[in-house]
Amino acid sequence: MARAVSTRRKIGFTVAAWVVALLIFFPILYTIITSFKSETEAIAGFSLVPSGTLESYAEVQAQSNYFKFFLNSVIIAVGSTILALVVAVPAAWSMAFSPTKRTKDILMWMLSTKMMPAVAVLVPIYLIFRDANLLDTRIGLTVMLMLINLPIVVWMLYTYFREIPGEILEAARMDGATLWGEIVYVLTPMAVPGIASTMLLNIILAWNEAFWTIRLTTTNAAPLTAFIASFSSPQGLFWAKLSAASTLAIAPILIMGWFSQRQLVRGLTFGAVK
Amino acid sequence: MGNINLKKVSKSFGATTIIPEIDLEIEDGEFVVFVGPSGCGKSTLLRLIAGLEDTSAGTISIDGRDVTGEAPAKRRLAMVFQSYALYPHMTVYKNIAFPLKMAGEDAAVIDKKVKDAARVLNLTNYLERRPGQLSGGQRQRVAIGRAIVRQPSAFLFDEPLSNLDAALRGTMRLEISELHHQLKTTMIYVTHDQVEAMTMADKIVVLNAGNIEQVGSPMELYKTPKNIFVAGFIGSPKMNLIDGAPAAKHGATTIGVRPEHLGISTTAGEWKATVGVAEHLGSDTFLHVQAEGVGPLTVRADGELGVRHGDTIYLTPSPAKVHRFGSDGRAM
Ligand SMILES: Nc1ncnc2c1ncn2[C@@H]1O[C@H](COP(=O)(O)OP(=O)(O)OP(=O)(O)O)[C@@H](O)[C@H]1O
Ligand SMILES: [Mg+2]
Repeated sequence: MARAVSTRRKIGFTVAAWVVALLIFFPILYTIITSFKSETEAIAGFSLVPSGTLESYAEVQAQSNYFKFFLNSVIIAVGSTILALVVAVPAAWSMAFSPTKRTKDILMWMLSTKMMPAVAVLVPIYLIFRDANLLDTRIGLTVMLMLINLPIVVWMLYTYFREIPGEILEAARMDGATLWGEIVYVLTPMAVPGIASTMLLNIILAWNEAFWTIRLTTTNAAPLTAFIASFSSPQGLFWAKLSAASTLAIAPILIMGWFSQRQLVRGLTFGAVK
Repeated sequence: MGNINLKKVSKSFGATTIIPEIDLEIEDGEFVVFVGPSGCGKSTLLRLIAGLEDTSAGTISIDGRDVTGEAPAKRRLAMVFQSYALYPHMTVYKNIAFPLKMAGEDAAVIDKKVKDAARVLNLTNYLERRPGQLSGGQRQRVAIGRAIVRQPSAFLFDEPLSNLDAALRGTMRLEISELHHQLKTTMIYVTHDQVEAMTMADKIVVLNAGNIEQVGSPMELYKTPKNIFVAGFIGSPKMNLIDGAPAAKHGATTIGVRPEHLGISTTAGEWKATVGVAEHLGSDTFLHVQAEGVGPLTVRADGELGVRHGDTIYLTPSPAKVHRFGSDGRAM
């Protein structure tokens, strides 16, 4: 009896999980389906079966150079992530391993900068970028994205580093490890999984960042978010073309996410599960 | 060599003083146990010796060399932590080899020493496992292995057995004592378990609120406790402490009588008592009794003694074994 009940419950949970997962994934799925429709099909109404035409993709590629946007996205996402890690690893490290009375306050202050809507600082930042000749440059955008994601990166790394028990570092010190030995043989191997998942999550965040990337670029440094935006033209609705552009833009990150699922889950749960 | 000397050592965390001022001399090859109630500063004192905490004042010297400002790595001490603190990403072999690798030994020497240690500690079959795949006792042995390979001048243990079950604790206690006889290296061992203290130590240091109450061999502390605190802390079951008229008869404010030093009779004696709970351990029986005009007492009796709940018995303390304490709590 009990067994039958628990099996039924298990099935119930599985079905529910699938329904929720499909609901969340549906917008992306429908975008992909629409990208294989012709423009007339796309506005004709709801249909899950596309004709399978590739004309939207051809047109998108003809109108703009996908590869250039793609390259910008890679440079900006990866570059800003590396820069963020270079700054955040030592910062989180010192906060986790030699905290002071102010550590918690500093962390809260860093996070509080994320509570302000980005648009509030649009004008000053735009002016700074203009005066520094950084508008529409990859370097400018890389630095910008690094700065906006930095609080999250520091927070994530801090949580991971805090999980490393202090006694293990003390044991290393007792075992005769110098500071360098402690970092290379003990801390780094234990910190690498946390750093890796932080890196993956930050690449995704930077890849999909649309507010600053669209406003601070025009052509030279424009990444894939700007590429999508360029197809949502005010002159008319081109659903199929827009969908094709979106699919092209999210495909690389979707593939990367698929291959790094395990690390990502750890990253998204912020080290809550061991 | 492992001669450790503490002179006027004190430690405060911010405004709170944990260790007011301690002088202590530890001879080479001694097994010294720090014992005391929870929070009395045992771990702090051990960590000061290890160099994991900085002293607030005073000097610590090892073999005559002042090490007060030296990093832990330079003091040539090895430590076994309560949580074992094994490196989770390394195999047992690499864990044990780590101190040797840090000391820059070459691979062949490391291999020999690790395998020797593994043989002594019964770990030969587990060398390729990770700490996560070991039982508590095995992890404990790895932690000890990591400590012994480097041949330190002294070992520091911080409650190394408190995470193990009673049976394993007994075995490991013997193993550590045996190891001390083999290595003849100074060992400082922190515990709040007075049985561990009594059975393992050459010298016991009783701590209370950061102060040393008494230093001495287990039998010295058992026979001549300097004050009420030590009297009550050393010995199991605890010494009976009696105030008032019965104490005044012995010319003291408080008298202490150990449960094993009370004579039992069913007909006559100094104190008349009613038996409450009797704990039969087989070899011994512990009687918890209520004595008229004296209060609750614990009595250690023969295992075969046939008394029941509610029986009346008479107790007489052996006059030579009565401890007398003055109004300041010190032995008279
Ligand atoms: N880093 C620290 N900052 C502030 N107070 C501390 C710190 N470390 C220890 N203490 C305090 O010092 C006192 C002694 O601690 P310690 O760990 O030495 O006790 P202990 O005798 O080892 O106790 P236990 O038997 O419970 O392990 C405690 O009151 C503790 O709260
Ligand atoms: Mg302790």
